[in-house]
Amino acid sequence: MLYREAGDFKTTYVADSQTFPIKFDRIRYYIVVAIAFGVIPFVIDDYWANAVFVPFLIYAIAAIGLNILTGYCGQVSLGTGGFMAVGAYACYKLMTAMPDVPIIVHVLLAGLITAFVGVLFGLPSLRIKGFYLAVATLAAQFFLVWLFNKVPWFFNYSASGQITAPERSLFGIAVTGASTPAWAKYLFCLIILFTLAWLARNLTRGSVGRRWMAIRDMDIAAEIIGVNPLTAKLSAFAVSSFYIGIAGALFFTVYLGAVEVGEAFGIQKSFLVLFMVIIGGLGSIFGSFAGAAFLVLLPVLLKNVLVGRLGWPTDLAANLELIIVGGLIIIFLIVEPHGLNQLWRVAKEKLRLWPFPH
Amino acid sequence: MKKMLAAFAAATMLMSSMPASADLIVPNLSYRTGPYAPGGIPYADGFNDYFTLLNERDGGIGGEKIQVPECETAYNTEKGVECYEATKGQGALVYNPLSTGITYQLIPKVSADGIPLYTPGYGRTSAANGKVFEWVFNYPANYWDGASVAIRYLLDQNGGDLKGKKIALVYHNSAYGKEPIRTLTELSKKHGYDLLQIPVDHPGQEQKSQWLQIRREKPDYVLMWGWGVMNAVAIQEAANINYPMENFIGVWWSGSENDVLPAGMGANGYKSLAMHGTGMDYPLYGDLKKYVIDAGKASGAGDQFGSVLYSRGMYAALVISEAIRKAQQITGKSNITAADLRDGFEQLEITEARMTELGLPKFGQPFKASCSDHGGPGAALLQQWDASAKKWNLITDFIAPDDEVLTPLIMEDSAAYAAENKIAERCK
Repeated sequence: MLYREAGDFKTTYVADSQTFPIKFDRIRYYIVVAIAFGVIPFVIDDYWANAVFVPFLIYAIAAIGLNILTGYCGQVSLGTGGFMAVGAYACYKLMTAMPDVPIIVHVLLAGLITAFVGVLFGLPSLRIKGFYLAVATLAAQFFLVWLFNKVPWFFNYSASGQITAPERSLFGIAVTGASTPAWAKYLFCLIILFTLAWLARNLTRGSVGRRWMAIRDMDIAAEIIGVNPLTAKLSAFAVSSFYIGIAGALFFTVYLGAVEVGEAFGIQKSFLVLFMVIIGGLGSIFGSFAGAAFLVLLPVLLKNVLVGRLGWPTDLAANLELIIVGGLIIIFLIVEPHGLNQLWRVAKEKLRLWPFPH
Repeated sequence: MKKMLAAFAAATMLMSSMPASADLIVPNLSYRTGPYAPGGIPYADGFNDYFTLLNERDGGIGGEKIQVPECETAYNTEKGVECYEATKGQGALVYNPLSTGITYQLIPKVSADGIPLYTPGYGRTSAANGKVFEWVFNYPANYWDGASVAIRYLLDQNGGDLKGKKIALVYHNSAYGKEPIRTLTELSKKHGYDLLQIPVDHPGQEQKSQWLQIRREKPDYVLMWGWGVMNAVAIQEAANINYPMENFIGVWWSGSENDVLPAGMGANGYKSLAMHGTGMDYPLYGDLKKYVIDAGKASGAGDQFGSVLYSRGMYAALVISEAIRKAQQITGKSNITAADLRDGFEQLEITEARMTELGLPKFGQPFKASCSDHGGPGAALLQQWDASAKKWNLITDFIAPDDEVLTPLIMEDSAAYAAENKIAERCK
């Protein structure tokens, strides 16, 4: 009833090619954005910020980044954890070397540095693809973690090899460090995520995105019709690493505040973000959000229900949590191999025809 | 779709944390899963059981019952942060996360929130300087003390001279394992031994190449900073290359039953540091058995009773309960706040007489904290594994660390932290 195209007239090409062509969808989108910016910051407390929203927002950025590379351009990457570590360490070095520069500049610069590193490790993609490329990026993962553990310059020669984010503020409000208010953390991450998601959506709709998708679908055909594989693949690596680097910088500065490279950015982080992309749906921005929500929020939710409400022993709950999340992943991928985004798309398709399914 | 949304909405309502209560709340950020569970389970059981004992036998502390809500961290910093935030709202009095990584996360957070952090024998060593770290306490001993005690013991064995000796450090390649490097390097300058650094990556199940290196280099002694499965694997590997076990010394986190039992007779003679006594020949264990174990109120499976790490968890709980008592005494009220407890920690003194009173004579070293000293005296014992009796035996008395070397290092590291975070020194 509400969800239909009928009566929603468009008189310009711009209006016709907008992201949300259906009026109900547009309104829903504005409501979500309004709640995210206008309501949540006023009601959020430390628990909701640090345990739920901030990790969700940061993983969503990382998932969008990996989705650009793997979902849109078809280049499999297992180096996400390593690239997040580059973002975190770049941000740390910049923060301690130039304390007076605003933190947002450091975060963006950390993204650019990661983009550069990502392009370097993306070079093999010109010759190899599929599993072979996955192994090459896996090498990046292990090399980068080893490097940050080995070279004391990266952690400013501290005794333990940990990096700790000093307090930095934006417009006089602390956004990193322990005394940051919950809403400042949340808003800082949300603004960055909103901008980056909007940017990614428009990049993938434009000619750059079409080139990526052409390479993904059939690289030889794409080359024949005039897509340059060199620039297409390397630009995908650059943009993707930029996003992942920013996610890594926020993960360290805003979310955790202190990081140990092997523990925080190990191989399991690469897998986690890859699972987010696969469960959410390859090649979709909404899917990146859905996948991040699924893998960040579900364990927290299960923990609170099993331990907080039902009072089960913590070890039993922790093991059951792994079984439930793992089982749900399998079920999801059997029922809908294209991820949560496909479920969402099918639901919308059905709603458009409802109540006349034929 | 709608059903899913409704279910999700209902579920999100459940996510809010538990309501606060009037009791004294001491959260236990434990880990009973993952590669570090062999260390996490006994520690958590001992920690819980001691508070259960106080509740059952004495009706709590000063008439207030103690609640110990447990939260599983799996030794993972992200889950540790989640656990901290979840329990903070319930009115937590003190945190003891048993993880150096999580401790580093929590130091700035507890300082901002005003909740004490108690990290006995682990965590950030330079937190011993109370002038900089107002909310963090790590007495009675820390990693640098441990490194120094191990070297002192070796000096003792070699007639006071380690010149030309080769000492290898096998360490967990993380903040925890790297802690002693600075001290050992500094001490090598003083005593003239060669230090060989051999890192083992998380979680430590794969150590073949490291032990091949040890076989090739033939160090006179091997020190180990390991935790969880890494310990058991290292001891097994050392036995495999026939490394003389009596020259192999672990830190106190590498010296529990779980570490040596898998290697069987091969582990015979392995040594480790100990922060406190070992075995069950103390009166307190009788009370624990009577009020907790036999009453069916034991935490976990109840099979860890009396093991080394069980005793360590119990000892940590004992120090915390003594600090609570002290805080109640200072403020004159039984229902203390986290800020009161901080004062309790800072003015805490545990004498040998008090330890005897608590049922643990000659178990831990006496210590006295002050505004500037949050680190305690730092002495440690050495224990040796007797594989045929399956028993740890104490082989030395408490050995004091070399403060001449350690104090400047602590001052330097804490000053760097203070400068980085713009902290003004207290205790003028």
